[in-house]
Parts: sequence; structure tokens; C-alpha cells
Amino acid sequence: MFVLIVGAGRVGSAVAKSALAAGHEVSVLDQDPLSHERLDAGQDRSWEEARGQFTVGTALETDALIQAGIERADVFIASTAGDNTNLVIAQIAQKRFGVEKAIVRVMDPARADWYDEQGLQTISPTKHAIDMFSRALEPETV
Amino acid sequence: MYVIVAGAGKVGKNLARELIAKGHEVTVIESSRARYLAIEEEFEHAVQYGDATELWVLERAGIQRADLVIAVTGDDEDNILVCQVAKEKYLCDRIIARVNNPRNHDHFRLLGIQPAVSATDLILRLIEHEVPRYGLVHLLALEEERLEIIELEVTAGAPVVGERVSDISLPEGSLIISVLRGGAGFVPKSDTVIEEGDEVLLVLDTGLEEAITAFFAPGGQPAAF
Repeated sequence: MFVLIVGAGRVGSAVAKSALAAGHEVSVLDQDPLSHERLDAGQDRSWEEARGQFTVGTALETDALIQAGIERADVFIASTAGDNTNLVIAQIAQKRFGVEKAIVRVMDPARADWYDEQGLQTISPTKHAIDMFSRALEPETV
Repeated sequence: MYVIVAGAGKVGKNLARELIAKGHEVTVIESSRARYLAIEEEFEHAVQYGDATELWVLERAGIQRADLVIAVTGDDEDNILVCQVAKEKYLCDRIIARVNNPRNHDHFRLLGIQPAVSATDLILRLIEHEVPRYGLVHLLALEEERLEIIELEVTAGAPVVGERVSDISLPEGSLIISVLRGGAGFVPKSDTVIEEGDEVLLVLDTGLEEAITAFFAPGGQPAAF
């Protein structure tokens, strides 16, 4: 599978590494060249040596997306720091480039629900945090 | 009319002021606390503090009853999402979005966010209008209907000079609707003869501009822009 990940912060870069280790072809797009270091960190060889791809560019630039290989991506992961950027680029991936599976990180739980209904696959870390906090507050049941 | 304006920058603030002066009910939503406080005194209850891309903020502003939602923040993604949610979730009939970076215009179009207005494009269009060597002026684009109205100046040596309208075989999907000559405009008949210096208004299917321009430029060469 060819996986394109936009936004290589803590989450994006970790997902990129595990997808590569799982044998997928992985391309990463990030506007900050320094993010490349996050991909190399803790690995015994560099990202490129491990056959990963890295492109510097902003997600809304069509040229950057194309350079990063969006036209042949099977899976698109939007994991930049901004909900709104993620939601827009994931829709571009689906509607303009026909990427079958677009997975989006959306912090805002309310919008995550609505965009899920609209055909995006959303992941809301906030929702998980809320669940875990709530569960931690419950009296322990043995 | 009830109008929600997302973003109280220069554009949003002035729009809101004008709309209120025209007697409309307006709510401006601003996510910067500092900017909100700066205009609160003037706008009072007509300005709300919050991020207009969040659903509860839009609902607090009464998006369910809004007749028009205008997204004019400095961020294109925000403008796209505010309008998308207004249109598709809250079924608001009319939206208007501001495009900050003209390169993003395609994204607005792709996601059905229309009309999308870009200051850069507007100024470019004015330049087209003011600088005649470009020859072609876009007067109106009906994007959904895929039609546009353009104005062309008939230059010396153009194929149409001296031709009757009925003899000019323009491409299918285009029509001369008006001729401006000597400061006056008229609707041409089939025997109207086109002269050098005329300004001709045409309605055409999107995408025909190049082909049409060739008829009105010398040597049949499309005017370069």
C-alpha cells in the first residue's frame, strides 16, 4: 500500500515509521524541513535509507501534494497541527485525487462526528482523552 | 436579512458596519480576544467572541436562522470550513467566502464554496479593464452554469472587421450580445457590420475565450494575457 502522510509531528512521524516497518510504501509531506529529523530519530538508518520519502511543502499547495505522490496514494493521512487544514486537505485528496481512504486527525469532537458522517474517517484524540479521564474518575470496579 | 460574518479583520468589520447601516441584523464572530475587545464597544451584541469553525460557536450565533454566511477570516481553510458547514450542515442558502491566497481558489471551487472572492483576482480584473492591450475583460462569470460574459475590443486587422454579424461564424456556444461604439451600446442585428475600435460583449461557454479572442485580434492571433 502507498501511504501519504501530511504533517510529521509526533503522531504523523510515529505513524509513518510504523507504516514503513509494516512494509508499506510511505511518503511524508511537511512544511518544516526539521520534521525530517523526527523521522530519523531512534532509527538505525536514515528515513531515505529505509526507503521512506520526504517532501517539504505546505499541504494546500497542489504541486507539493503531487510531488509527494498523492496521485498514486491508496491511503491519505492528514495529521498536521490544524483541524481545519486537515479537514480541507483530506477532502482535496478524496475529491480531486480520488484517494480511496482519507484518515483525518480532528481535535474537535463535534466536527469529527459530523465529518465522519460526510465520508471522512476521522480520529479525534480529544475524544479518547475525554473517555480515559472519565474512566479514571470512576470508582474502581473489581 | 440575518447575516453572520466570520472574522472581524478589516474586511469583516467594515462589511458588518455597512450591513448594519443598511438595516440588516448582523453577528460578527471573532476568535482573537484582543480584536474582539477592540470592537466590542462599537458593535455591542453584534459581535461574539469565538472560533467560527466550531459548531457550537456558530449555533450560539444562530446559524440555523442565518440567511447569509460570509467567511472573511485571514485563513483560507477556516473560510472553506465555515462555509461548508453553513451550507451542508445548517442548510444555509447563501454563502460568500474570501480567498486570501488566489492559489487556493481551486480548492474553494472543488468543495463547492461559491462565490469565493479574492482581492488579488479583483484587482487583476480591474487591471484587465484599465489596460486595453489585454483586450479581453471578464465581465461576469456564472461558474455553476458554466457561462461567462466577456468584453473584447476589436483591433485593427482583426478577422471580424468589416464583417456582418451573420457572416461571423463564432464557435458553437457563443453569441455577440452587444456592441459598444462611440460611447453608446446597442444590440446588434444580423446585418450589423463590426468596425475597428468597437467593443463587443459576448456570452459564451466557459473555456471558449481563446477561440473567440482570435476573431477580434489582428491576424487571428489570440490576445496574450
